[in-house]
Amino acid sequence: MLAWTIYISYLTAALLFLLPRRTRPDLARILALGSALTTCAIALSAFCNHRTGLSFTIIDCNWIPLGPQAGIHYALSADGISLALVLLTGIIAIAGVLFSWDIADRTNEFFAFYLLLIGSVYGVFLAADAFLLFVFYEIVIIPKYFLIAIWGSTRREYGAMKLAIYSFVGSAMVLGGLIAAYAASGAHSTSLADLAAASTHLSPHFQLIAFPIVFTGFAILAGLWPFHTWAPTGHVAAPTAASMLLAGVVMKLGAYGCLRVAMTLFPLGLAPWATTHLGLHSWRDLFALLAAIGILYGALVALVQRDFKFVIGYSSVSHMGFILLGLMTLNLTGLSGAVLQMISHGLLAGLLFAVVGRMVYARTHTRELAELGPMNLNRTLPFAAVTFVIAAVASMGIPGFSGFVAELMILLGAWRAYPLLACSTGLGILIGVIYIWRAMQKAFFSGSPATEDAITPEAGVPHSYAGVSTRTGGDAHTSHAHNLTPITLPEKLAAILLIACSVIVGIFPRLLLDVIQPALNSPAFDALRRGGPWQ
Amino acid sequence: MNYADLFLALRPETLLEFTALVILALDLFFLRRRAVRTRFAACSSLAILGCTLTIALIINTKVVLTLPGGLLLSNPLVHAVQNAILAVTIAVLLLAISSRFTHHVGEYILLILSATVGGMLLVATHDLLVIFLSLELLSLSLYILAAFDKRSNRASEAALKYFLFGGMSAAFLLFGFSLLYGLANSTSLEAISSAIAAAPAFNPLLAVAIVTIAIGFGFKIAAAPLHFWAPDAYQAAPAPSAALIASGSKIASFFALFQITLIGLDPAAGSAALRHSAPGWIPVLTILSVASMLAGNLGALRQLSLRRLVAYSAVAHAGYMLIAVCAHTADSLSALLYYVITYALGTVGLFAIISCIEEDASSDLLPALAGLSRRSPVLAGSLAIFILSLAGIPPLAGFFAKFYLFVAALQSSPQLLWLVVLAIAFSCVSLYYYLVVLKHAFVVPADDNTTPLRAPILTQILAAALALITILLGCFPHLLLNWFVAAITSSGTN
Repeated sequence: MLAWTIYISYLTAALLFLLPRRTRPDLARILALGSALTTCAIALSAFCNHRTGLSFTIIDCNWIPLGPQAGIHYALSADGISLALVLLTGIIAIAGVLFSWDIADRTNEFFAFYLLLIGSVYGVFLAADAFLLFVFYEIVIIPKYFLIAIWGSTRREYGAMKLAIYSFVGSAMVLGGLIAAYAASGAHSTSLADLAAASTHLSPHFQLIAFPIVFTGFAILAGLWPFHTWAPTGHVAAPTAASMLLAGVVMKLGAYGCLRVAMTLFPLGLAPWATTHLGLHSWRDLFALLAAIGILYGALVALVQRDFKFVIGYSSVSHMGFILLGLMTLNLTGLSGAVLQMISHGLLAGLLFAVVGRMVYARTHTRELAELGPMNLNRTLPFAAVTFVIAAVASMGIPGFSGFVAELMILLGAWRAYPLLACSTGLGILIGVIYIWRAMQKAFFSGSPATEDAITPEAGVPHSYAGVSTRTGGDAHTSHAHNLTPITLPEKLAAILLIACSVIVGIFPRLLLDVIQPALNSPAFDALRRGGPWQ
Repeated sequence: MNYADLFLALRPETLLEFTALVILALDLFFLRRRAVRTRFAACSSLAILGCTLTIALIINTKVVLTLPGGLLLSNPLVHAVQNAILAVTIAVLLLAISSRFTHHVGEYILLILSATVGGMLLVATHDLLVIFLSLELLSLSLYILAAFDKRSNRASEAALKYFLFGGMSAAFLLFGFSLLYGLANSTSLEAISSAIAAAPAFNPLLAVAIVTIAIGFGFKIAAAPLHFWAPDAYQAAPAPSAALIASGSKIASFFALFQITLIGLDPAAGSAALRHSAPGWIPVLTILSVASMLAGNLGALRQLSLRRLVAYSAVAHAGYMLIAVCAHTADSLSALLYYVITYALGTVGLFAIISCIEEDASSDLLPALAGLSRRSPVLAGSLAIFILSLAGIPPLAGFFAKFYLFVAALQSSPQLLWLVVLAIAFSCVSLYYYLVVLKHAFVVPADDNTTPLRAPILTQILAAALALITILLGCFPHLLLNWFVAAITSSGTN
C-alpha cells in the first residue's frame, strides 16, 4: 500500500505533463492537491497501522539480473524511521501545494515537476535496495533544477545549476562507494540488508576509505559544512514550494542516506584511526566537528543577513548541523533526536520559507529587512506575523514545539559523546534565538510609532490588513502597503497544518519516538551497534 | 575453401547490397522526374524494407560456421551485433525520409547501405585483411555521405578533413597490421595470438603495431587525440549522415576493436594498474580513454552549437566505452554492447530533433532552442530524455549503461579503479553542459513567436519512439542485456 505513494505521485505528474497547455490552472491545482492528500492519507494510515517501528517489506521482486545468482531487486520496505519521514513528506507536500495555489505561469508543468519530486522522495525513503535508493536519489535532481530555474527568483539559473551540480557530485561519490562495496564484498544482491551483512567481509581498511566518501556524498545534500554553499543560494533562488521541499525534505534525504546507507554499510569506518590528526581520532570525530562548525557558522552568518530569505536559508544549514551531530553521537538518544529533528526541522523550515516567500515576498516584492520594516507588516499582514512568530519561537527551541524535544535529545546525546561540542551547540542555539528574533523584529515589528498615530480611529476604521500606513517622508513603499492582498485561505490552511503538526510533535513526541526508537534498536542497525563504537 | 560456406555466410550482406543496387536502378530509371521528397520517401522505404528482410534472414539463420583462418564468422554474437547495426540503420533511414538537401537520392541511400554492409562485415571477421577492407568500405562510404550537401562549403571542408584524417589513420592501421603479419606469418587473429604468446620476449615491433592499431581505431571511435575531425563532421554533415557516423560506425568499430584486442593481442595485454603497469595495449587504450574524457568533457563546456556539443560528448563517451575494452571480459563485452547500442539509438534521436530545429530556425545554435517546450512538447520531451540519458540520470538507459560498465570493469580488473573514479568525476562535469541544453529548451522564455514548430511528422514519431525505447531499456535493461549475454556464452567468447 505504501508503494502507492510513489506511483500516485508519478502518475499524476505524468498526467499533468500530458495536459494541454490551454487547460485552466485550477485543474492542475486540484489534481496536485488530490494527489498530495491521497499520498499523505496513505502515509498516515501506514503510520497508524505499524506502531512497532520494526521493518516490514512492501514489495520485493527480481528486477535486473547481474549474473547467475546476483541481481538487483525492486524492493521497498519501511521501518519506523521511514514511516515518520514518509509522513513528513506527505504533510509538506500538501502544504507546498497549498502555498503554490496562486502560480499562474505554466501551472501544469510546475505541479508536474513538483509531484515528480515528491514521488522520488517517497521512493528514497521506502527503498530497500541500494541501487533503487540511488535511482530515486538521482531522479530528485532534475525536477529540482527545473523548479528553480523556471519559477525561481534571484539568480535562479545560477542557483539551480549550482544545486544540480553539487547534488550530482554527491551522488557520484555515493555511486562510487556503492559500486566498490558491491564489487568488493561479493554480495549476491544490491539490497541494503545483503550489503550490510556482506560488509562484515569488508576489511576495516576498505571501510575506513569507503565510509567518508559515501558519507560525504550524502552529507553534501544534507548541508554539511563546508559543502553547504549550494543551500542558501538554492533556497533563495527557489520558488516558495520548492524551497519548502528543498529545505524541508530534500536535505533530509541526505541525512537519511547517511544513516541508512553510509553508517549501516560501513560501520567500521567510524572506528578510531591508527594515528591522531589535529586532535581528531576518527572520521566520527571529524564529521561531528564539521557538524558543530556548521551549526555555529550557519547561525553566525544568518545573524548578519540583510535578505530575509537568506536568514532562513542559513538557519536551515544550522539546523541540519544538529541532525548530523546527532547522527555522529552514536547513542540511542542522539540518533533518535537526529531523526526527530529531521521531522521537526522539516515542518518548521517549510513554515518559515512559506511565510517569507509566499506570504511576505509575493505581496511586498522585497525581501530586504530594511525595506520590510517600514511596511508595518504586523498590522497589514497580521496572520503572517502571528505565523512567523510561532515558527520563530518553535525554531528557537521553545518547549511545546517539536524543535525543543529534538534539540534537547541531540544535546543529551552529544553531551555523552562530545561534551565540548555539546557546549558549542548550546551556544549555537543561543545565537539561533538572536538571529531569528532580529529577523522577526526587523521584518514585522519595525514600523515607526508615528504610523500608529497616523491611523485615524474616528470613523471606526478597523485595523484590517489593508490598513493605512502613512509616513512622513514619502516612503516609496507606502503605496505598496495600501495594496497588500490578504492572506488567502489555502495559505492559512497550510500554515495551520504545519503549526499543528509541530505542536503535536512537541507535546506528544512519543507518537514518533515510539516508532523511531525500536527501529534504531532493530537488527537493521546491528552492524552499527556491533561494529562501530556504539555507546 | 568451401565456397558454399562462403556464400552462406554472406547472404545478409548480399541481400543488402542487392537492395542498394535495386534502389539505385529504381531511382535512375523511374524516379528522375519526381520531386526530391517523393524520391527520398520511396528509396528510404525500400531500403528499410531491405534492412528488415536482412534482419529476418539473420534471425532465421541457424547456421553457425567459421571459415578457415577466421575469415568470416557466423555465430549468435555476430548475428546480434549485425542486427543491432541494422536496427540503427533503419532508424537513420527513417530520419532520411524527410530530407531534401540533395537530388542524388539513389546514390545517397546506396552509400548508407554500403556503410552498413561494411559495418556488418567488420563485426563478422577475425582476419586482418577483411577487417581492413570492411573498415575502408565503411569509412569511404561515410566520407562521401558527410560531403553530400553540395550547397554547403562547410560540409565539403568537414568531409575533406574527415577524409584526410581517415586516410592517414587507415595508413597507420595498415602499417600496424603489416607488422602483425610479419610477427605471425598469418593474418588470422588466433594465429597472431599464438605467435605473440610463443615469442620469448616483448618484441618492440609489437609495441609499434599496438600503437598504430590504437591510432587507426581511435580515429574511427573518435577518441582523443584523434578526434579533431569529429566536431566539424558532426556540425556540417547532413543530419542522416551525421547520425550514421555517430551511431552505426561506432557500434561496428568498438566491437572490432574489442575482438582484435581480446583475441588477437591477448597475450600482450599488459596492465594499467597505477603502480604496477606493464607494457601492452591496455596502457595505450587507457591513455586514449583518459585523453578522450578530458578533451570531450572540457571541449563541450563552452559550445554554443548543439551539433558540436554532441560531437564533443561523443568523444567523452568514447572515453567511457574504452574502459570496457580495457577490461576485456565477457561481462564487459555485454556492458560495452549495451552502452554503445543505447548510445547509438539516443544519438539518432538527438539528430532527428536537431534536423527539425534546423529546418525551422536554420541554425543549430543553442539559442535556437528557446521556447521548444512550448512550441513542440514532443520534441522537447524527447530531447530531455536523450540528453538526460547521455548525462547518466536514472532510470534512463544511459545510467544503467554506465553503471553496468563500471561494475563489470571493476569486477574483472580491480586495478582499473582509478580509471572508473576518473570516469565518474568527468560524468559530473558533463552534467553542466547537458543541463545547459535543457535550460535553453525549457527555461529560456521564447520571444513572441510561440508558433508551433512545424516539423515532419515522421521525424517527430521517430524521436518519440526512440525516447520511449530509451526509457524502456533503462527501466528494464535485461531485455537487451540478456540477449547479449546469451549470445556471448553460446559463441564461446572467453
